[in-house]
Amino acid sequence: MTIAVSSTGKTLDSQMDLRFGRAACFVFVDADTLAFEALDNAALAASGGAGISAAQAVADRGASVVITGNVGPNAMSVLTAAGIAIVRGEAITVRENVARYLAGSLTTIDQTVPPHSGMGGGGRGR
Amino acid sequence: MTLAILSGKGGTGKTTVAASLAVALEQAQYVDCDVEEPNGALLLSPRIAFSEPVEVLVPTVDPVRCNGCGSCATACRYHAIAVVRRKPILFPTICHHCGACRIACPTRAISEIPRRIGVVEGDAEGRFLQGRMDIGEPIPIPILRELKRRMARDRTVLLDCPPGASCAVVQSISDVDACLLVTEPTPFGLHDLAIAVGLVRKMGIPFAVVVNKAIEGETELAAYCRKEGIPILLEIPYSRAIAERYSRGLLPVHGDEAWIGRFRTLYDDLQKQVLQDGDAALRTAPKPVSAVPGRAEV
Repeated sequence: MTIAVSSTGKTLDSQMDLRFGRAACFVFVDADTLAFEALDNAALAASGGAGISAAQAVADRGASVVITGNVGPNAMSVLTAAGIAIVRGEAITVRENVARYLAGSLTTIDQTVPPHSGMGGGGRGR
Repeated sequence: MTLAILSGKGGTGKTTVAASLAVALEQAQYVDCDVEEPNGALLLSPRIAFSEPVEVLVPTVDPVRCNGCGSCATACRYHAIAVVRRKPILFPTICHHCGACRIACPTRAISEIPRRIGVVEGDAEGRFLQGRMDIGEPIPIPILRELKRRMARDRTVLLDCPPGASCAVVQSISDVDACLLVTEPTPFGLHDLAIAVGLVRKMGIPFAVVVNKAIEGETELAAYCRKEGIPILLEIPYSRAIAERYSRGLLPVHGDEAWIGRFRTLYDDLQKQVLQDGDAALRTAPKPVSAVPGRAEV
């Protein structure tokens, strides 16, 4: 089983990124071996549709669980259609979040945040 | 002459200036390009004679032909399509209507269907046009295109632009003859004016400034305009009387010959100074092709 964690850096000891679509990168962790691979989030600089693009990337890499902080409505629909479980982690390391998930202590995210929440500055400027 | 009224900062008085010009210039056409929140009609009270939908083309997928290959999602630079478990998920509000997905689809499973995003409305006399975007829609550009397609060719057109300096403003001021930048003597007003100045200079459009809520004495705004060689063609004073009239839906020009005269002079001065003199300071940059993208969208 592959767990995708939104992350501020590319190691197991990087802090989780609370944003999903606008996360700096994703760390894909094998639940059995803790082997991992990190990817820059290509959607980070997207002008729009970042959540959709990030969700597509996570689904394409075969993740079955996403650990993150907040998910927007569009990302949620793609992840849900891909059958990926979405659980709420905390702003601690990727490693600890994965351990907590495997211990069953993380809860499912079933509510979305408004679009563009991860863009800072109170949403899109004009 | 087609004249765009913009500001950078919101709430500086674009609509006051554009609507006042529309009243002062009897044959002019006023076009409300602030399609997210048009308010010129509140001041000009036009009799709306037509209201027509603006539609865009968005993809639809034939599930029989679709093989789930994901070419459409890869082709979409706006991420308006995702393909998971070999099934496409469409996000029509994010779609920028470019048609790339249809071209990319190897099985011809994608066709395009119209989707309404707002309306354009106007009076019978051709003196008033406005766009209104439907609630929840994020992309105003197609409505602005439709407004510009319909605007009068045989008379002065006044484009009341949206605030900011983003795609909607770029689309509004593309191909206009001149811009009036409305600002106020506040730090925010000056900050956003400088951004708007950068935009119109990059696009090579002649422009001048109108100061609203103007105060006596030297201001940073005045110093900035002097330094940049930007003419200030009109100052509307920071006045309780003007604000009280505005709160009742009245413009400075309503029933006031002196203000009508000032706005006519403003228009004449702009035409003279900006268009005929061709002052070098007003056209500091040649028109670069790349500054006006063909599909300048959000």
